[in-house]
Amino acid sequence: MSYFRVIPILLLKGEGLVKTINFKTPTYIGDPINAVKIFNQKEVDELMLFDIEASVKKSEPKYDWIQDIVSESFMPIGYGGGITNIEQVKRIFDLGVEKVVLNTSSINLDLIQKAASIYGSQSIVVCIDVKKTLFGKKGCFYKSGKEKIKMSPSEWAIKVVEAGAGEIIIQSIDNEGTMKGYDIELTKSVSEVVNVPVVASGGAGNLNDIKNVINDGRASAVAAGSIFVYKGKQKGILINYPTREELDKISF
Amino acid sequence: MIHIIDYGAGNLGSIVNMVNFIGGKCELTNDPDVIINATKLILPGVGHFDHGMQKLYESGLIPILEKKVNVEKIPILGICLGAQMMCNNSEEGEIQGLGWFDATVKKFNSEMHNIRIPHMGWNNVEAKKDTQLSTVNSKEQRFYFVHSYYMETTNEDLIMYSTKYGDEFVSGLNNNNIYACQFHPEKSHKYGIELMKNFLLL
Repeated sequence: MSYFRVIPILLLKGEGLVKTINFKTPTYIGDPINAVKIFNQKEVDELMLFDIEASVKKSEPKYDWIQDIVSESFMPIGYGGGITNIEQVKRIFDLGVEKVVLNTSSINLDLIQKAASIYGSQSIVVCIDVKKTLFGKKGCFYKSGKEKIKMSPSEWAIKVVEAGAGEIIIQSIDNEGTMKGYDIELTKSVSEVVNVPVVASGGAGNLNDIKNVINDGRASAVAAGSIFVYKGKQKGILINYPTREELDKISF
Repeated sequence: MIHIIDYGAGNLGSIVNMVNFIGGKCELTNDPDVIINATKLILPGVGHFDHGMQKLYESGLIPILEKKVNVEKIPILGICLGAQMMCNNSEEGEIQGLGWFDATVKKFNSEMHNIRIPHMGWNNVEAKKDTQLSTVNSKEQRFYFVHSYYMETTNEDLIMYSTKYGDEFVSGLNNNNIYACQFHPEKSHKYGIELMKNFLLL
């Protein structure tokens, strides 16, 4: 049987690990290297590292930091943040990262195409950030939710897959950090129109939420932040990950 | 010392990290003078079949590799595209493969099996024969896969591993000193560490 992937997302701001709610109010969680070491021991399926201020600040990816992480991690790693050109993509792959994740730069379809032609679609992931606009429709955003793309999530997903993206992360800004469950409708609207794996992100509060978005949203994988860095109602900081047995229980 | 063939189509950093972690020594190289003296090789690769083969042809290394692998019979491990390139040909491209395995590379049929492509994620790997890397009695093993094409052969003796995705497919081939893995042992936690250690010991 093929298991779906459960992917912790680690958000980097400055030198520290943070967690946000609706892309806002970053709360300091701890040392990123330490968190990665714990996830490594817990044999997580895959890890996503997002530098949440690189694109906004127009700064380079923090190569040394990425290097420190990948040299200790024997699981696939995706990196996103501040990537604007093919030279940076090459440098990140050379460090031993498996996937680059494009959000702000995904509006540059040429970059997707070029990167996919060299490294293969499977290693080029586009993260689509979605939030409700003033008119109640779900719009696609980039630059940490600040700029809007004039297309629906499903239209945009088709576009980036045509360009060469081999995987889509569909992330609800409205649900992110709220722990109230994934946006299942949103996930489904995208997973129905593309044939590449779709990763649901934003809103996971428990394992049941994961089960629901896999079953009803037809996600191939899930990503989450809060449930892997917080424990309990008080949201005490504790890096954690479900055991294989716990994940088997929500498999079908 | 393991020499990792750096022909310009692959994510080599993670393989280097793995070999270092398990206490081995390795070197990335595309230098024929170095490879001629190698005692163990890894042929990595990600991306398009023709791109990989093209790069390998351009590197000029193929005659030396054939001598090392087929005449001197030193151990070699192909990973992902590196494994596929060891086959005769691929549906993904036009260029001939290395032909070290009497096998071909085919595309997953997403409609017939209702599966998403690429096959991306962790999956079970069953050992089909005893090799230096693992035995049929090995416990359930899980490895990380990322691929849209798979290897196929009519010679069952060559099949080292099999995996189910929609249908059952060949996830590893072996013929004497030549090992080919469709999955990524360098990214597969303890299972990958175990396999890579076994390769290191060869």
